[in-house]
Amino acid sequence: MADAAPGLRPRPKSPSVEIDGGVWRWHLTMAASILHRATGFGLYIGALIFMLWALALASGADGYGAFTTLVGSIPGKVVLFGLTVCVFYHMANGVRHLFWDAGYGFKPQTATATAWLVIAIGIVGALGFWGLLFMAGAL
Amino acid sequence: MAVVRSPLGRARGMGSSKHGVGHFIAQRVTAIALVLLVVWALAASLQLAHGDYDSAATWLHSPVNAALASLLAFAAFWHMQLGMRTIIEDYFAKPGTKGLLLVVNVFISWLGGALTILAILKVALTSSGMNV
Repeated sequence: MADAAPGLRPRPKSPSVEIDGGVWRWHLTMAASILHRATGFGLYIGALIFMLWALALASGADGYGAFTTLVGSIPGKVVLFGLTVCVFYHMANGVRHLFWDAGYGFKPQTATATAWLVIAIGIVGALGFWGLLFMAGAL
Repeated sequence: MAVVRSPLGRARGMGSSKHGVGHFIAQRVTAIALVLLVVWALAASLQLAHGDYDSAATWLHSPVNAALASLLAFAAFWHMQLGMRTIIEDYFAKPGTKGLLLVVNVFISWLGGALTILAILKVALTSSGMNV
């Protein structure tokens, strides 16, 4: 990069080239945004699992048994728990987006607070839901 | 703002075709529907999670359950097609790759939605006992 002409202040650079200079920093709101996309991607796969549930049910008792055995295995439960986190997070952050669409919640402090809130809902919601599953004797 | 419009568009007096916000609105409407449907589905899955085939099939024989499950599939597969479209448009600049992925996304979403809804309807419309 060429040096600034003599007598002139250095021209401002893009934040991307000033990472070491401390202009760029990680924001929670950014993490929340990335998580929204990541959980949405996860739920794309979740919808296909919903499809498999319906197809297995339509195929009869044997097919449904094979499906429940698969999702009831340890790896199956790990995937389903991850999808439960995705459901609660994506739903909570989706509602956050709807409030933004209506013009509310843009103050930086508010946006950061609601980012914490939806992350908490994602984790606590999934744990609570699996607690209910456990109490119902489904695990 | 007038300079933004093409001379031909101005001459014809035509404005926007009013379809530009279709994606935005569809994404929001399906999102609102999904909040309601997913809360219902979570409650229902608590009931179904420890059930066997018979209880799940019986559950889908209720027209309310079959209708809401079908609507859940409809809204979910539509919403996910819209969301994945945005992801593809963001990360794939090459027109060929982008176009191919967009078509694949549409095909997966519509096929998934059709299979899910028809499977639900098959169970819902099969008279009790036939599959047992």
